[in-house]
Amino acid sequence: MSDCHPGGTVALAPETASARSHLVALIGPPNSGKSTLFNQLTGLRQKVANFPGVTVEHHIGKAKLGGRREVLLVDLPGVYSFNARTEDERVALDVLQGGQPGLDKPEAVLLILDSTNLGRHLVLAAQVLALELPTLVILNMADDLEARGGKVDIGALSRELGAPVVLASASRGVGIEPVREFLAQHSRTAEIPRLPPVLQPALTSVPACRKWSAEVTQKAGYRSPAPPEWSRKLDRVFLHPWLGPVIFGLVVILVFQSIFTWAQPAMDWIEQAIVDSGAWMGAQLPEGLFRSLLTDGIWSGVGSVVVFLPQILMLFLFLGVLEDSGYLARAAVIADRTMARVGLQGKSFIPLLSAYACAVPAIMAARTIENKRDRLATVLIAPFMTCSARLPVYTLLIAAFIPDRPLLGSFLGTRAAAMLSLYGVGFLAAVITAKLLKSTVLRSGPSTFLLEMPPYRWPTARSLAFRLLDRAKVFLKRAGTVILAVSVLLWVLASVPMTGGRPPAIADSVIGQIGHAIEPVIQPLGFNWKIGIGLITSLAAREVIVGTLGTIYGMEGTAQSEGLQKALQQDLSFAGAMALLVFFAFAMQCMSTVAIVRREAGGWRWAAAQFAYMTAWAYAGAWITYTVLS
Amino acid sequence: MQVSFKKAETVQTAPLAELAPGECGIIASLDLPEELAQRLMELGFLPGHAVERSASAPGGDPVIFCVDGSQVALRGDLCRRIRFTR
Repeated sequence: MSDCHPGGTVALAPETASARSHLVALIGPPNSGKSTLFNQLTGLRQKVANFPGVTVEHHIGKAKLGGRREVLLVDLPGVYSFNARTEDERVALDVLQGGQPGLDKPEAVLLILDSTNLGRHLVLAAQVLALELPTLVILNMADDLEARGGKVDIGALSRELGAPVVLASASRGVGIEPVREFLAQHSRTAEIPRLPPVLQPALTSVPACRKWSAEVTQKAGYRSPAPPEWSRKLDRVFLHPWLGPVIFGLVVILVFQSIFTWAQPAMDWIEQAIVDSGAWMGAQLPEGLFRSLLTDGIWSGVGSVVVFLPQILMLFLFLGVLEDSGYLARAAVIADRTMARVGLQGKSFIPLLSAYACAVPAIMAARTIENKRDRLATVLIAPFMTCSARLPVYTLLIAAFIPDRPLLGSFLGTRAAAMLSLYGVGFLAAVITAKLLKSTVLRSGPSTFLLEMPPYRWPTARSLAFRLLDRAKVFLKRAGTVILAVSVLLWVLASVPMTGGRPPAIADSVIGQIGHAIEPVIQPLGFNWKIGIGLITSLAAREVIVGTLGTIYGMEGTAQSEGLQKALQQDLSFAGAMALLVFFAFAMQCMSTVAIVRREAGGWRWAAAQFAYMTAWAYAGAWITYTVLS
Repeated sequence: MQVSFKKAETVQTAPLAELAPGECGIIASLDLPEELAQRLMELGFLPGHAVERSASAPGGDPVIFCVDGSQVALRGDLCRRIRFTR
């Protein structure tokens, strides 16, 4: 790569420095199938990164082209135009013009357009072609175009645009070969597109571009397809006055019910595998400090978090199906009126729903909200939604302290009800905070709502698999870095000061003393010093507390013999456990979220205020819970 | 952003909110701030283009319009400031 930018996000592999891969940018409007094509071209040789200085996330990956040739492909955000109103549009244009630090100017462009909506999407084509980079125009969803009776003469279109044009159906892997050929011969032979000079000064005027695009489509014999009838029919069901909200509710319940029941076997399996391998390792190694570090420190710490991978993947699988199928956009429409009541809009619904998986991508998803104050309010309330990192904490404590009894027959058990009420209080806190923000500091004129409804589509297994793989990588990376580091540090702090080569009892170790030091602050909440240590370490990430407790009890020896749940039951009262659950429902225990809020909201002020605010909720909520229950 | 659809004679325009479900019209003008107008035009709400009202959310707001080959949901306030001719 060119220079070493402090953001340093795009150095993919060592050889890129010597062999200088050619950079090609992939751009297209939202819902044009851009990411699908990107995945087809790069396979697993990709990674997610952020452009330095902005929050816009992008994927960058290598496309292998046979032999040893390859190009570096950057997937730009989906935009309708470059009129630079949103951060996405600015970044996309910057990259294409070579003005993005850390990225070379692309040598060529892959422009992907939805062939079923050519007239409208050619507006972006005009602006991309005007940059005079070698460009391949890919008309995606050609199968859809044909099935709905549309057609286009790509030879004529190519002549009109002055750029090569190909038809593709990226989701089926059709038409990818010509794209590879373009990348291989690398555009060097492709001519620079030349737009009609009259269009140049009018590029920012949508009507002017549309006039041009109407002429182009006419000359290219474009016949637009019939409207997607079955999409409308489905809308009649999903947006039905009473059936719509009922289905909406059922979808939400199904998601939560299944992440608990369906993920359980896989979680049990992983847990057993970790216990067994830990015991095996313990048996192989001679007794001593190293064995203690490996089995008590690392294995108990990291292992107790990795167990939750199936649950988290299940949640992301459901969100992926909802998004890829097009239902999420309908859900946003249904939610708009409710969101309007707390001063927000339907577009806030999508980030808030994704916040159930993780606040970090959710906060980034808030970029699509044009109104700055609505966007900030969404960013500030998103961490109240129960993210997947809370799941390990909730599951552990609920399983340890709440006996499983049926509440409504076999329909709802006490444990599921406890879980649902934790989701409920988090949501309630978000609503109250939104109302508070929107009626004070973030008051704005009436906000509005406009959203394109993509046609319904079957989610493809391939694209879902990519999402899950992406998330699994993120989660395991965190377990392998943050949680591993915390586990090791914790083990060290719990092993010093040594007397005569033997580690002290945990209560007398350095970490034990730290825990005891903060005990007076958390005693009113019913927490002892061990929980205190967990609260400190979980500032890095919520699920770290599970790893921490795993390590602490592991070193005490109780966790191995009786399991973490039993160890906790002996150490924490029922009221204290419930208070801990409430604490985690509200507290902003996540450094990644704090960092992303700082960047999104533009400064430490909002991030710090949010952290203080949420901690106050957590402390007050836990205190009330403990006082009432004990 | 002043864009209007010229016709030989003056025609009666009405806000998009008055379009009945399933009814078609021709967009006449967008009485909105530049940014919003630009965004809507990119989505296909261009003067001179056909628009059809399709589904709406339970409760009747937002309304989904079929315009330029795609479906776009708009909240009521926007529908009242886009005018159409029959």
